[in-house]
Amino acid sequence: MKYLDEYRDERIARNLVTQIARRVSCPWVIMEICGGQTHTLMRFGIDELLPAEVEMVHGPGCPVCVTPLEMIDKAIAIASQPGVTLISYGDMLRVPGSRTDLFHVKAHGGDVRIVYSPTEALKFARANPDRKVVFFAVGFETTAPANAMTVWQAKREGLRNLSMLASHVLVPPAIRALLSSSRNRVQGFIGPGHVCTVMGYREYEDLVHEFRVPIVVGGFEPVDLLEAILMLVTQLEAGRAELENQYARSVTYQGNRQAQTILGEVFEVCDRKWRGIGGIPESGLSLREEYADFDADRIFGTEQVTAEEPSECISAEVLQGLKKPTDCSQFARRCTPETPLGAPMVSSEGACAAYYQYRRHMVATSSGGQ
Amino acid sequence: MCLAIPGKILSTEVSNGIRVGRVQFGGVARETCLDFVPEANVGDYVIVHVGFAISMVDRAEAERSYELLRSMGVLESELVSDLETTTPRDFEAEGLG
Repeated sequence: MKYLDEYRDERIARNLVTQIARRVSCPWVIMEICGGQTHTLMRFGIDELLPAEVEMVHGPGCPVCVTPLEMIDKAIAIASQPGVTLISYGDMLRVPGSRTDLFHVKAHGGDVRIVYSPTEALKFARANPDRKVVFFAVGFETTAPANAMTVWQAKREGLRNLSMLASHVLVPPAIRALLSSSRNRVQGFIGPGHVCTVMGYREYEDLVHEFRVPIVVGGFEPVDLLEAILMLVTQLEAGRAELENQYARSVTYQGNRQAQTILGEVFEVCDRKWRGIGGIPESGLSLREEYADFDADRIFGTEQVTAEEPSECISAEVLQGLKKPTDCSQFARRCTPETPLGAPMVSSEGACAAYYQYRRHMVATSSGGQ
Repeated sequence: MCLAIPGKILSTEVSNGIRVGRVQFGGVARETCLDFVPEANVGDYVIVHVGFAISMVDRAEAERSYELLRSMGVLESELVSDLETTTPRDFEAEGLG
């Protein structure tokens, strides 16, 4: 219990760990689908505090990691064109495309900028009417309303030099795809707290009933995650499959109506490829026809760009909970956050990067440090 | 980039038809869209994701959650921008304010 003394409330954490251990009578596999939760689990060693029967696996919860290779290639193609300023979130620059990454485009004279918020792209477009400003918009349901608002505002202002390369993904269809796979091992899910803050948790009801799988929406503090795990284990041991909300101080059944309204006005559901997983029906968001004039994919003629993913990276199995990052022969060897072979090693919210930051000693010990 | 950071609303105004506020995160304040939390006002604490407040929280929750993110060393990379003139700083020294 080496990490427990770092907890905000050590007594509560210790009590939760004890209760989980008391409830467990057989092995259970639990998945979280949120990069922030993955990071907390690793940072506080929660997986190591749990009884051996409870195995935590880390789903496709990092938006940077699941952005399909061809979208990176499209962004690179667009950023390489003259007069273009491509703007995105910081982590996107180091994600490897088929041949290069956006960081190299920038290093070779491309105008690639990183922002904290899409509204900065809006301001930049207003101030630089001679630049073709493209916002590379990735993210789950948490991020989509912000990106939607940016395009909505650009249309309202008649801003003609801002467009969006949209690559949004949705969590419930990903859970459905994981549960439908013949190789699925996951028996319970921690629902993503911030996604559900925006969307509510009503979307998860069908999954719980159809697949008879318990889902507990969880927060981000160590105590939140331990409590969500306890709620899941309690359900699993009792043979129940219900939808519960551990993160009630932020998440409601209906979610944030204002955010959902703007999201629905600008985006529509589409089929989407997930890096490492493949195509998932109705799992993405693309711009509605009314916003076609803001669709960078159409404006820059990159609609036909496709890419085959290299087989070297095992992120497909990692993102489906079939393998751990440390199972990869290249983990912390050729693949590091500085030289990532796959996307989960890029973002600090990616499972491989979280394991690299907090668990690479395990590899060094087991392999003699080679 | 999928993190959400709690901050305190210092001021509000309407800019280009959008309700925005200056929201303080430790040593840095950032312009934040408040259209998704119409009930939030100056002095309130909100959870902010990519420059948009997505929910309100109480002060204790905000401070606890901010401290967690600071201890994980993820705040600085989250707030980084090529286009903002202010750089995130002093996360080690300052609380939420």
